[in-house]
Amino acid sequence: MDHPESGNKRDFLKWVLGSAAVAWLGAVLYPISAYLKPPKQGEVEVSSVKAGKVTDIEKDSGVIVRFGNKPVILIHKATGEFRAFSATCTHLDCTVQYKKDLGMIWCACHNGKYDLNGRNVSGPPPKPLDEYKVVIKDGEILISKIA
Amino acid sequence: MKLTKKLYNWVNERVQLDDLVKFMGKKYVPIHSHSVWYYFGGVSLFLFIIQVVTGILLLLYYKGSEDLAFESIHFIMSKVQFGWLIRSVHSWAANLFVFAAFIHMFSVYFTKAYRKPREITWVTGMLMLFLALGFGFSGYLLPWNELAFFATKVGTDIAGAVPVIGDAVMLFLRGGENVTGATLSRFFGLHVAVFPGIFTVLLFVHLLLVQRQGMSEPLGIEKSQVAPPKTMPFFPNFLLRDVLFWLIVLNILAILAVFFPWELGKKADAFASAPEGIRPEWYFMFMFQTLKMLPAHLWIIEGEVFGILMFGLAGLLWMLVPFWDRKSSQGLENKFINYAGIFAVAYILFCTILGYLV
Ligand code: HEM
Ligand code: FES
Repeated sequence: MDHPESGNKRDFLKWVLGSAAVAWLGAVLYPISAYLKPPKQGEVEVSSVKAGKVTDIEKDSGVIVRFGNKPVILIHKATGEFRAFSATCTHLDCTVQYKKDLGMIWCACHNGKYDLNGRNVSGPPPKPLDEYKVVIKDGEILISKIA
Repeated sequence: MKLTKKLYNWVNERVQLDDLVKFMGKKYVPIHSHSVWYYFGGVSLFLFIIQVVTGILLLLYYKGSEDLAFESIHFIMSKVQFGWLIRSVHSWAANLFVFAAFIHMFSVYFTKAYRKPREITWVTGMLMLFLALGFGFSGYLLPWNELAFFATKVGTDIAGAVPVIGDAVMLFLRGGENVTGATLSRFFGLHVAVFPGIFTVLLFVHLLLVQRQGMSEPLGIEKSQVAPPKTMPFFPNFLLRDVLFWLIVLNILAILAVFFPWELGKKADAFASAPEGIRPEWYFMFMFQTLKMLPAHLWIIEGEVFGILMFGLAGLLWMLVPFWDRKSSQGLENKFINYAGIFAVAYILFCTILGYLV
């Protein structure tokens, strides 16, 4: 047992067993952790959507429109003008709504408020809402991304 | 009587039941003015058992998918005989369970029963408390109603704000960028398989240690008594009182479940605005309220990130208290622990109440 080689041999064996254990663990854990990561869904890149007729939406109101898989809020201002913004609150991801009595965009989750230019004016939201372009063609409302 | 005796002997002859009975009877419960707190561990256990039973019953009809979850619970509540009751019991017992577990935890904390040699019991208990919160958070989404949908969006978004690992955690929890059916599937799996599995292992270790080490005596009492402290055997004396306490809890649960049936609300719609009154379950309220009160920026970091880090740190320190409270382990009085505990309770109560007022 006091031969120097046998100590080396033992070290070597330990090393082999150790690396085998690590390799084995890696071979088990890697597929599992990769499996847990949701695959990127082949999302259809939407660049514009039709949001119905101008006459469908009363003045001084707002509706949520499906833009790909994201909600967009379309607002028909009291002045008759149309504006569209991302409806996802920049605070913690709730969906905003048009609040008639305030004439503002409002988030019910933590009382965040945005003006009708999408600017965060009160409450916790840290950033303004992204704006979308609204085009009216033959009485049809078309919402598109601002490139 | 004769038959049970016979049966006992039959089993005993093969697996030495006598040893087990002796093991159970070895534990004594100290009797003193704070003894009432000893019941809350047992109550938590009882409520967990109720959750397992009612949860499995719900599983017979519940369908964990975006299209069917809400409808299946509606079906349970309107068509299945006593379905409303089972669901109501599961929902109410979940709340009572978290409540009992919190009381149990604080009573252990203030009597410093976590001190050496019961560190492992404390740590497994804390892990179970965190799991109980996980059960609550994941279960809340399962009916796939509006309130739960937005509460989950907010909750997972907060998790996403954690530095470095936040994005990965959020992606893992949501099963994608947004809260969708994929999130529901994951929460369902966590709620009915992963959490119960881990919880059961922890519970086993926790109970085994309690049984093996016996109950600790509060420090003050240990010192002030000359005569050996008054005790009561756990089995069967204390167990019978436990059962009596369980019956009381069962009655409270029945009253709540029958007279205040749990609501279902409106089905979640990813393309609808968040309704008013979005708020987390009451046991998350104090954290939620804190995040709301923090300013947008603190020093160089966002207020929210700061809040999350502080809660994480506080939770970790709390869980590790037996390892840094050296004084109590040496049988000395540690006033700081009491002050920290009183501060924590006061803070939680204050922020919870504030959360419901504003
Ligand atoms: C021990 C802790 C547990 C807690 C705190 C808990 C909590 C909850 C909560 C809060 C809900 C939502 C209730 C609602 O709004 O309807 C829920 C639903 C559900 N839980 Fe649990 N649960 C626990 C254990 C279990 C277990 C062990 C199972 C099954 C093995 C289970 C199965 C279910 C199912 C199927 C639902 C959906 C039905 C429904 O929402 O009514 N739960 N749980
Ligand atoms: S999520 Fe909109 S204010 Fe918090």
